[in-house]
Amino acid sequence: MSRVLLLQGNQAVVEGAIAAGVRFYGGYPITPSTEIAEGMAKRLPQVGGKFMQTEDELAGIGTVLGASLGGAKAMTATSGPGFSLKQEMIGMACSAEIPCVIVDVQRVGPATGQPTSPSQGDVMQTRWGTHGDHWLIVVSPSSVPECFELTRRAVELSEKYRCPVILLMDEIVGHMRERIELPDSYEGLSVPRRKQPDTPPEKYLAYADTDGSMVPAMADFGSGYRWHMTGLVHDETGFPKGTPAATKNSQDRLHLKLRNHEDDIVQVENYRTEDADVVVIAYGGAARTAYDAVDMARDEGIRAGLLRPVTIWPFADRQIQAAAKKTKCLLVHELNCGQYVREVGRAVRGIVPVDLYAKYDNEPATPEQLLEKIRESAEKIKGAK
Amino acid sequence: MKSMEELVDFYFRPNRLPHLWCPGCGNGVILSALLKAIDAENLAKDDVAIISGIGCSSRASGYVDFNTANTLHGRALPISTGLKMARPDLHVITLSGDGDCSAIGGNHLIHAARRNIGLTLVVFNNSIYGMTGGQYSPLTPMGKKAMTAPYLTIEPSFDILDLARAAGATFTARATTYHVPILVDVLRKGIRHEGFSIIEVVTGCPTNYGRQNQLGAPAKMMEWQKDHGVMKAAWDKMDEAAREGKFPIGVLSERTDLKEYTKAYDEVIARAQASVKEETA
Repeated sequence: MSRVLLLQGNQAVVEGAIAAGVRFYGGYPITPSTEIAEGMAKRLPQVGGKFMQTEDELAGIGTVLGASLGGAKAMTATSGPGFSLKQEMIGMACSAEIPCVIVDVQRVGPATGQPTSPSQGDVMQTRWGTHGDHWLIVVSPSSVPECFELTRRAVELSEKYRCPVILLMDEIVGHMRERIELPDSYEGLSVPRRKQPDTPPEKYLAYADTDGSMVPAMADFGSGYRWHMTGLVHDETGFPKGTPAATKNSQDRLHLKLRNHEDDIVQVENYRTEDADVVVIAYGGAARTAYDAVDMARDEGIRAGLLRPVTIWPFADRQIQAAAKKTKCLLVHELNCGQYVREVGRAVRGIVPVDLYAKYDNEPATPEQLLEKIRESAEKIKGAK
Repeated sequence: MKSMEELVDFYFRPNRLPHLWCPGCGNGVILSALLKAIDAENLAKDDVAIISGIGCSSRASGYVDFNTANTLHGRALPISTGLKMARPDLHVITLSGDGDCSAIGGNHLIHAARRNIGLTLVVFNNSIYGMTGGQYSPLTPMGKKAMTAPYLTIEPSFDILDLARAAGATFTARATTYHVPILVDVLRKGIRHEGFSIIEVVTGCPTNYGRQNQLGAPAKMMEWQKDHGVMKAAWDKMDEAAREGKFPIGVLSERTDLKEYTKAYDEVIARAQASVKEETA
């Protein structure tokens, strides 16, 4: 049995988290993500979980990491200013490999910016916000039903790969209301927990790769497996070790545990790209404009398509290179001055031109505005021949 | 009661020694007192979590065989709080230094105290940032030298226990590394206390505080602790003039009228679940 609801993206995130089995939330109110905190405050205790409104953004993610050490699936949500404040802890979650989900509902920045207006200005910050070399996972939904699904997936990936996963939203997707069909019961929707050790406690090495996946088994604090977590560079025992070899091994594993599983992690959606001459690349809220713009271009005889990265990081190099080889032009559309486009250019390496439609004036583009850019790109390819 | 050797054998992690603390540092005294308190309270290793921040004191978590975490500068309390929420059955003991706890982590201190969450916070107060080489902290007394106060400190220092009490801490105590039996006693009482407890331990940093301020050898610094720490009962009878330059030790305040936070949250869960039943009825 299911129910049809009209929900905000932020509310769908709450339901996705509850369904995935998230049982702890710590966070600080901030527009345009606050509905997630409010929803968690209401929903978590109903299912026996716990919600905390913390004293600041740092404590929000701090409590999440503490709860995760105790074995809870845990999550926080914020927006730009709070996301900046959380960066050091995100780095610790990378280094100590603590599963957690951080939702960033983007607004215009930098600084206080425009709290109630959409932007995609944090897309590079999600990748490189914390200091030091690190890999992590970022996924970005474009619709309310996808907010539910991708929140579940974010929790699943964080538990599976023991890393922070950022659910990158924007004000459009967070605040928009859409039809969503939800099951009456979330039974069976909870995602698998982190891998548990299969060695006895006295043999347990907290960061040993025991099965070749490069993801170590993680025992809950209080489970009888006593181990040490540190933000210092450590070896497989979990204790600090700063030799060149230990440092390199640790960095290698943190990178490779995700890089080696890109096939499992990286997802893109292709819409009418098969024969497209112009492939629009857009993610999150900006992609919504692109579906209509592509259809309108097709109606007037321009073969356009949309490649929508669902996984933002790791970057969809392979998928975007494959698209570049089949098309004549890529047109990146994003709600910032041009961030993701630089990565697209790097991946494509000049195979085809990479155009940019950057919109950064507080408002999403209309399909007509994007259509105009598609026309320009199509015209340029014609001119080049 | 186990001997010191037995305590080391039982609670220290093999191969983690020698520790990195300087000769004459009081941190080892505090850690051994904490182990004595844990032992005397019969806490199982599996049921104890030791969470620390960053600084000399915070290295203590790695040496001992419990569920341990050496987290980020100033953030031991939020991580402890989250762990306690997920696992209220654990004895969560938070180790922090004066800088870690009262400067970069000051906001977390007042709010952990306000919530009355069942953590035992042990503040290693050596009056200085030791790990980074001797810069002043909010607990460095006024008129002292530090690497960042070559012309003497001009900032008044916190009384961290007054601060915590004003914020709502339901158990506050102080001891020194000279008064070890008192230290063990207040740690035991702090662990037994159901809500938030804070124990300030006055300790010496001969290398980075004592030397700059010509306080003499480590033993001399402990003598200073002996001469300046006054048991609360005696302190209460002293007049202002006699108190000058001294500080009270022992349990300074305890109240039991406020519910511990995770227990209060259990009531939130009960109310939320009752509301769902009402809706579906």
